[in-house]
Amino acid sequence: MITGKTIVMNAEKKQSSIAFVIGASSVGTLIEWYDFYIFGMLATILSKQFFPAEAGTAALLSTLAIFAAGFIVRPFGALVFGRLGDLIGRKHTFLLTLVIMGGSTFAIGLVPGYATIGWAAPILVLILRLLQGLALGGEYGGAATYVAEHAPAGQRGFWTSWIQTTATLGLFLALGVIILIRSNQGVENFSAEWGGWRYPFWISILLVGVSVLIRMRMSESPMFSKLKAEGKTSANPLKESFGNKANFKMVLLALFGAVMGQGVVWYTGQFYAQSFIETVCKIDFIQSRNIMLVAILMATPCFVLFGWLSDKVGRKWIMLLGMLLAILTYRPIYSAFLSITSASNRSQQVDYSVTKSGPSIPLVDAKDKHKMYIRQVIDTAYLDGSHFKYTFTDTLIGFNELDANRPINLLNQTLIKYKSSKPNIVIEKTMGKSATWNIIWLIFIQIVYVTMVYGPIAAFLVEMFPTKIRYTSMSLPYHIGNGVFGGLVPFLGTLIVEFTKTSSNPAGDSLAGLWYPIGVALVCFIIGLVYLSNKVDQNVMD
Amino acid sequence: MNTLKKLLGFIWMLLAPTIICFLVYQANLKIQAASIATKSNVILQWSIILIIFIPICVGFFIFGKYAASDEYAHLPSSSEALNN
Repeated sequence: MITGKTIVMNAEKKQSSIAFVIGASSVGTLIEWYDFYIFGMLATILSKQFFPAEAGTAALLSTLAIFAAGFIVRPFGALVFGRLGDLIGRKHTFLLTLVIMGGSTFAIGLVPGYATIGWAAPILVLILRLLQGLALGGEYGGAATYVAEHAPAGQRGFWTSWIQTTATLGLFLALGVIILIRSNQGVENFSAEWGGWRYPFWISILLVGVSVLIRMRMSESPMFSKLKAEGKTSANPLKESFGNKANFKMVLLALFGAVMGQGVVWYTGQFYAQSFIETVCKIDFIQSRNIMLVAILMATPCFVLFGWLSDKVGRKWIMLLGMLLAILTYRPIYSAFLSITSASNRSQQVDYSVTKSGPSIPLVDAKDKHKMYIRQVIDTAYLDGSHFKYTFTDTLIGFNELDANRPINLLNQTLIKYKSSKPNIVIEKTMGKSATWNIIWLIFIQIVYVTMVYGPIAAFLVEMFPTKIRYTSMSLPYHIGNGVFGGLVPFLGTLIVEFTKTSSNPAGDSLAGLWYPIGVALVCFIIGLVYLSNKVDQNVMD
Repeated sequence: MNTLKKLLGFIWMLLAPTIICFLVYQANLKIQAASIATKSNVILQWSIILIIFIPICVGFFIFGKYAASDEYAHLPSSSEALNN
């Protein structure tokens, strides 16, 4: 006899079972995102380690290109592992992707620098990065499908939104680990060839080990098991997904009407924003990452909120509203970043009692005794507690005049004649409390847009495709939208700004890079508005 | 709404080759303008962009073609509809 107590117990058991499914899936996916993102977080250091020292911006762009290569191969990972997932099952496929991801991340931490093995270094890193991309291409679709196929109808948006938080939390974890190591090591030790920047890569092997153990305890998706038991799994998921016109047109609609816009909003809010405040606004390394950490932490619950809301009001309008807000506000937000961190806007607020102008310190080059650097640090303090530190380094290349063993007189006319007209200036800005909070809010707003477009997307994609080819069909548009359109935001954004540099404006238009995400999101918004349906599919068992 | 879907379909069909032409033109322009020192990097960057975006533009053209031929007038509501 079924009693009220039995019903309650069954409900509790079901609830704890789905909680385990979410937890076990999410931990693995979070670690994969962590692995994937530490590369981007350390791009500046990696460019110095794996490329010739004199390459400068070209090295950074090449590192960003390797970073982007990891994104570009994600659709191929989606095809390879999506097919496997539809053939042999979700569980074993995403166990495999986890091991490949962990192994390749660990191995990146073992590759010697350019100084030791030359061009073999960037080539090895590129190969490992491609493996990372392939693994991630297989992971996400599996985890989202697995959770959605366990979730009760009517709550799919809510439960899959937990998987959606992992991408942001993976970024949070990556930032946290890097800040922790960097704070304990200092710049020199952290950036050395075998320095602390390698630790985040090595830590990955431990995290993956734990996650593999958890995932081993998981059972196969009930829907997939049922299909398998009935002998109804697809014999050729790739052909059925992309060779069948009715399904292929849905793949195209998912890509151009939802995921490509979602991808650029995601990567602008969480990657381009960080890169912009660090490289354009010149906010200090640690502070720029702390700002991201706080903003991410504050906005993350919104993934679940919008996932839950999408079960009530439909997925389409929430995603499109997020895109529209991004299109309308990106330029004002990034202009505000420039305004808050601009020195010229603060000329009336200099706190002269704290501002320090250091002496010019001569440093003789350790390798070339005829080469000397004159370094001067000026620390400008402002009334709001901000400090803008300018380090001027002028290189003097002299002849017999530069004798390291003799006292150096910086006013010596012979030395002055060797000074370059354009000293190298490194700017590091540490923002005061109110300015920091203004920047945090501006990034928080962008991450809320991310949660609007990204929170409901897993449920949206799962509901678009049938069980037997779901893994393959949803993975491809997801990874083209995120991996290609989204992943290229930092690279293309930097490249577009480079194009605006002229001899009369050597800094270029620092906001020009935003035209790429704005343009892509606008086209996606129009397509989504006109072609997408807002209907929530209750039955995904078909 | 279906008329709008069809009309926009033609716009997407036109937009796709326009983007390809623009990218090829830009690639050519930037590679020509690059100095000897940066040429290989510029070629690498533009090769990546072209290799990625040309197939996507082809997909976008097909999307436009489907839209223009009324394929999105009614979206399938079940797997059976996808199989038919």
